[in-house]
Amino acid sequence: MNIKTLLAGATLAFGIGAAAHADDPLKVGFVYVGPVGDYGWSYEHNEGRLAVEEAFGDKVETTFVESVPEGADAERVMTQMALSGHDLIFTTSFGYMDSTIAVAEKFPDVKFEHATGYKRADNVSTYSARFYEGRAVIGHIAGKMTESNVVGYIASFPIPEVIRGINSAYLHAKKVNPDVEFRIVWVYTWFDPAKEADAAQALIDQGADILMQHTDSTAPMTIAEEKGILAFGQASDMINFGPNSQLTSIIDNWAPYYVARTQAVMDGTWESADTWDGIEPGMVAFAAMSDKIPADVRAEAEQMIEDIKSGAYHPFTGPLNKQDGSAWLGEGEVADDGTLAGMNFYIEGLAGDIPS
Amino acid sequence: MIRLEKRPEPSQAWTYVTPLLAVLATMIAGGMLFAILGKDPFVAIRTIFWDPLFNEQFAAFSRPQLLVKAGPLILIAIGLSLGFRAGIWNIGAEGQYIIGALCGAGVALAFYPLEAVFIFPLMILAGALGGWAWAMIPGLLKTQFNTNEILVSLLLVYVAEQLMASMALGLLRNPDGGGFPGSRNLGDYPAASNEELIAGTGMHWGVVAAFIAVIFAYILLNRHRMGYNIRLAGQAPRAARFAGVNATRLVLFCLGLSGALAGLAGLFEVAGPAGQITIDFNVGYGFTAIIVAFLGRLHPVGILFAGLLMALTYIGGELAQFMLGLPAAAIQAFQGMLLFFLLAGDVLTNYRIRIGRAEVA
Repeated sequence: MNIKTLLAGATLAFGIGAAAHADDPLKVGFVYVGPVGDYGWSYEHNEGRLAVEEAFGDKVETTFVESVPEGADAERVMTQMALSGHDLIFTTSFGYMDSTIAVAEKFPDVKFEHATGYKRADNVSTYSARFYEGRAVIGHIAGKMTESNVVGYIASFPIPEVIRGINSAYLHAKKVNPDVEFRIVWVYTWFDPAKEADAAQALIDQGADILMQHTDSTAPMTIAEEKGILAFGQASDMINFGPNSQLTSIIDNWAPYYVARTQAVMDGTWESADTWDGIEPGMVAFAAMSDKIPADVRAEAEQMIEDIKSGAYHPFTGPLNKQDGSAWLGEGEVADDGTLAGMNFYIEGLAGDIPS
Repeated sequence: MIRLEKRPEPSQAWTYVTPLLAVLATMIAGGMLFAILGKDPFVAIRTIFWDPLFNEQFAAFSRPQLLVKAGPLILIAIGLSLGFRAGIWNIGAEGQYIIGALCGAGVALAFYPLEAVFIFPLMILAGALGGWAWAMIPGLLKTQFNTNEILVSLLLVYVAEQLMASMALGLLRNPDGGGFPGSRNLGDYPAASNEELIAGTGMHWGVVAAFIAVIFAYILLNRHRMGYNIRLAGQAPRAARFAGVNATRLVLFCLGLSGALAGLAGLFEVAGPAGQITIDFNVGYGFTAIIVAFLGRLHPVGILFAGLLMALTYIGGELAQFMLGLPAAAIQAFQGMLLFFLLAGDVLTNYRIRIGRAEVA
């Protein structure tokens, strides 16, 4: 007997068990790549979990495992969750993709939701947020507010998600300030306070007076506060770490999605889907805008948020060229999701190469 | 008045008793920690130590997983223990593990999608060589320039991590991966896949290699001239020099062997349980193996048990997280206690407790 039939047998047993106790709470599991106290990525996913508990009370039981390394460990955690009777499992890191697919294959009755990936199955959905919409707004604010015309950008890994964010922020800064320059430091980590702090310092030394980050710790915000410059938070509201520095923060708000998907499993209407939501459904949100932002800039930023919400404006609207000068989008043309999802090029005006 | 008196010889009895005492003390202190966190300590301890082995629901799955988790720990720790015994401190097994995985996966991906029987043996060779070569850097620097192997091997871990990130994003990136980082999954490439040898047992080639390494190390230490030299160099370096032990050869042998074993562990992991090179492929086996080596008293059989025990606390710790809602940090503190109590117990091996007034010297 191989492991697959063994596991299938076990799920079958659970399937029957679950049917026999229809009153049992729905078990929803969450697998986090970082600690829930990172005040960034995993923290916000955990906020989403708490929202599910809040919304359904006794009708759900939620569990989580934090700081789960990608690979064999993640696969084991998911398998044990499935074996112990979970009905719905959220796997909240890109690196869990292959593990999620592998475990889902063994447990056809358990629903899986994988964040930021692109592989789906009958019982595996994927979901992600259009953070580039938020980056467009902060890019606009940065372009208006920088005095040195140097914006520092702490980037994690050269993957489409991060490159898209840089492009979106730069494009909108450049639109309102043709002299703006972006300095980008690649730190090759999602969460390493020491490295992120070093990168922030290096960018300040290069003349940056506004910092953006696409990493998850609060260290860059802390440095910005110490040095008296401005910064944008990432993933969650970092106002406690930069009360004078934070202009606003792009917040990952997973709660509405998690509640909706849990409801769908309860109603029996859950289906495999690919969700890429932005500001409109509330998956991308903003922390309170700082008083330091001049009223007119603030009004423009809020207008942009409204226009993105209503669909009147798409952050990647032509005419737009790639970094090498070749045409990408024609006049009025809007980027398609496929190109955005796999974005591996800089737009015109950005200096430097994408490392590979 | 309680005082410690150094034993003329380390106590044999205490050497065997202290690991058990350490486990017991960890359970008590850990139980108290869990109680303070508002969890039933008995349920928590049972979840960590009992459920992965005997829980009806999932023990059939988690028991074999014990081998999967312990395999690389044992394989690396065996290599490290030889050096540690001789006073040669390879702290960079994590880096050698990464390079082994990169070399092994690199060979596999170079031949993709060719199906041939020679690919997997060639990967094993590449994995071992990669780890060996990475360990030779601190080895040669030490023997030629007398640098400190602790620092050099440790710092090379960070170099290896950067190299791996570059590989996952560049040379080894899956061309069908839509621009995302990470190599092809070797699990989908049969000729290169390190699958379970007997389905449902968790037994893959890496676990087999770990068992072979235990036996090999035992024979080396007890029956072989090199093993004698290693023990002598560790216990009495001066005597070893007079006895004609070649220090250079010893350093290169110990670092090279531990590097090769760490490289093998990386190769078996990437070809098996992990499946692919990603930006976060390494999860700390190389560092945890240092704890395993000491927990096992640098003895091959001890390391075997220590590796299994460590794996048990990992797997049980995950269960405790999602079944009882214990935070991951509490589990890490629990694992830390284990090492703490063990090292504290060493005092009893080397010293005798005397109650009474100290004699005037």
